[in-house]
Amino acid sequence: MTRVRSWGLGLLGLVVLGVVWEVYKAVGPDAGVKLGDRLVLPRTSDRAMPHLWDIASRLTEPALGRSGAPLWEVVGQACLFTLKIAAIGWVVGVVVGLLLALLMQRFRLAEAAVLPWVVLSQTVPLIAIAPLVRRWGSQLRIGSWAWDSQDSVAVIAAYLAFFPVAVGMLRGLKAPDATHLDLMRTYGVGWRTTLLRLRLPASVPFLLPALRLAAAAAVIGTVVAEVSIGLRGGIGRLVIEYAQAAGGDPAKPWAPILGAIVVGLVAAGFVALLGLSLKTYRRGEVGA
Amino acid sequence: MGSPKITRRTMLGRTGLAAAAVGLTLAGCGSSGDAAPGASASGSGEASLTPVKLQLQWVAQAQFAGYYAALDQGYYKEQGLDVSIVEGGPDIVPQDVLSAGDVDYAISWVPKVLGSIEKGAKITNVAQIFERSGTTQISFKSKGITSPADLKGKNVGSWGYGNEWELFAGMQKAGVAVGDIKLVQQAFDMNGFLAGDIDAAQAMTYNEYAQVLESENPDTGQLYTPADLNVISWNDVGTNMLQDAIWANSEKLSSDTAYQDQTTKFIKASIKGWVYARDNAQAAADVVTNAGSQLGKSHQLWQTNEVNKLIWPSTSGGIGMISDVAWSRTVGIAKGTKNETGATIISADPPETAKNMTYVEKALTELKSEGVDVEGKGFTPVTVTLEKGGA
Repeated sequence: MTRVRSWGLGLLGLVVLGVVWEVYKAVGPDAGVKLGDRLVLPRTSDRAMPHLWDIASRLTEPALGRSGAPLWEVVGQACLFTLKIAAIGWVVGVVVGLLLALLMQRFRLAEAAVLPWVVLSQTVPLIAIAPLVRRWGSQLRIGSWAWDSQDSVAVIAAYLAFFPVAVGMLRGLKAPDATHLDLMRTYGVGWRTTLLRLRLPASVPFLLPALRLAAAAAVIGTVVAEVSIGLRGGIGRLVIEYAQAAGGDPAKPWAPILGAIVVGLVAAGFVALLGLSLKTYRRGEVGA
Repeated sequence: MGSPKITRRTMLGRTGLAAAAVGLTLAGCGSSGDAAPGASASGSGEASLTPVKLQLQWVAQAQFAGYYAALDQGYYKEQGLDVSIVEGGPDIVPQDVLSAGDVDYAISWVPKVLGSIEKGAKITNVAQIFERSGTTQISFKSKGITSPADLKGKNVGSWGYGNEWELFAGMQKAGVAVGDIKLVQQAFDMNGFLAGDIDAAQAMTYNEYAQVLESENPDTGQLYTPADLNVISWNDVGTNMLQDAIWANSEKLSSDTAYQDQTTKFIKASIKGWVYARDNAQAAADVVTNAGSQLGKSHQLWQTNEVNKLIWPSTSGGIGMISDVAWSRTVGIAKGTKNETGATIISADPPETAKNMTYVEKALTELKSEGVDVEGKGFTPVTVTLEKGGA
């Protein structure tokens, strides 16, 4: 089965990563490798690179003090929190991206007008816009519902996630062969039918990698925005707070980083499941 | 950020769709937000409480123990205030949030705010909570750095972003130019210092200094001790600047009598919180931990205790009062000290509205008449044993 094989290979990749970590730690110089004045390979001391088993055993110890919830539980809850926000951001980003792609495909003028902005939007530094989004959002109030910082983080995630979808989907919608489009034209069907029967199915091989990229972007956007505005509850917040323990408890700051990896894997897994349901259309999928 | 309205309009044009879509998607799932627990105004019996938002300059930690204690002990409620504590983060600038009108009060360092005031922020220091500076430059004994003059030719760490001025002023006083040192950008953690990349690292007494003492010395297998370190305290050098203060909106202070009244009440309850933290260090540290801080427990208690030392005993006539000496020293350094790019924080004296002690004076008078000790002359710090990693 190719699927089993690809999952196996994925797992093998993780194992290899772990082995590389431990081997480099074992053979690399304690002070790292310097090129002139610049450190090009990291230090290998226990403080800079704790053993993987130390990180694992740290996860089972209490997060704070000598008793209380174990670290894995605290990080696990933060993962769920971050995953939820990333999922909202992903959904919003995908919807916006799809709509933009449709708009750009339908109207050549829209493509000329919007596409440069779509590209430009990704050059805005995230850490600059996160506090602004939070501040503007805090003035929003619709009935009894008031904007809060979580919503700002979701917007940032969506802001990163819509881009690959808009670009990928646009390419996908334009993917049908000219002969197929001509055929549709000879049938005399309109834009909508062409879209449903030809363009949408043809776009799937482009859409799925775009969705995967969007999932990764949403997770990164969520964590970075959480760090940026210090949002309580998520992985980003733990990254900030656990950084303090880097000197005395070196394994601890790695816990939220592992958490972020888990969130990323779950998100990617979800998109893979989504891909299964669109299996019929996945001919000649292009790599992401 | 000079013209937020224009920026906002263009941004809305670009992300209008995204914003609208998010609005629709999220309209149904009203979430509790980042306000501190116990801060909702929905209870029917609390309908008369005035909602107040306080912006911190970092995430929940014992540096803000007094405010969390005031919330936990119901001191704000006593004053008819329903206070939400809004946490900060790496990219949150409290004085910007305050001058944008998103919160009612903010905690920030005086030099950082003086710069914002010169750029047009209309905010006022209404209570100088920390009397002393918690900033130090620490080094291992072997480096032989005991005074600012010894920094010459060394790798000197700083976080930058307005945390460097006391260091530069201290060096300037000792005749060390900014070009005489190698300025190293310091991270959140002390690994650069522990690994030897930084000879003298910036350290707050209540935070990074403890981080070092929570770390294992690879040579001995034991934790580092104060005996391993030299500490240059800017309080001793005489280039200390005023740090955590409560800032309020200047325009509302000058026109809105309800806000003036509320300011006195807010300061009064906050001071009561700080008195509680002084007299119950362990309990106050626990309050902060329960409010969601992820700092280790011994680290949290250490921080509470060190912050207490920055406040108590008060020599300015009661917590919150600014001594003229400290204020003019802070302003003087802000005007006269140049950083690595040759810039100063401010070019002229701050306006009169930069500080206003009316409200804290009133709060102190009321507290004294209630028998609260607002000077803490008899304050003795507790002894804190730091555990490995601050656990």
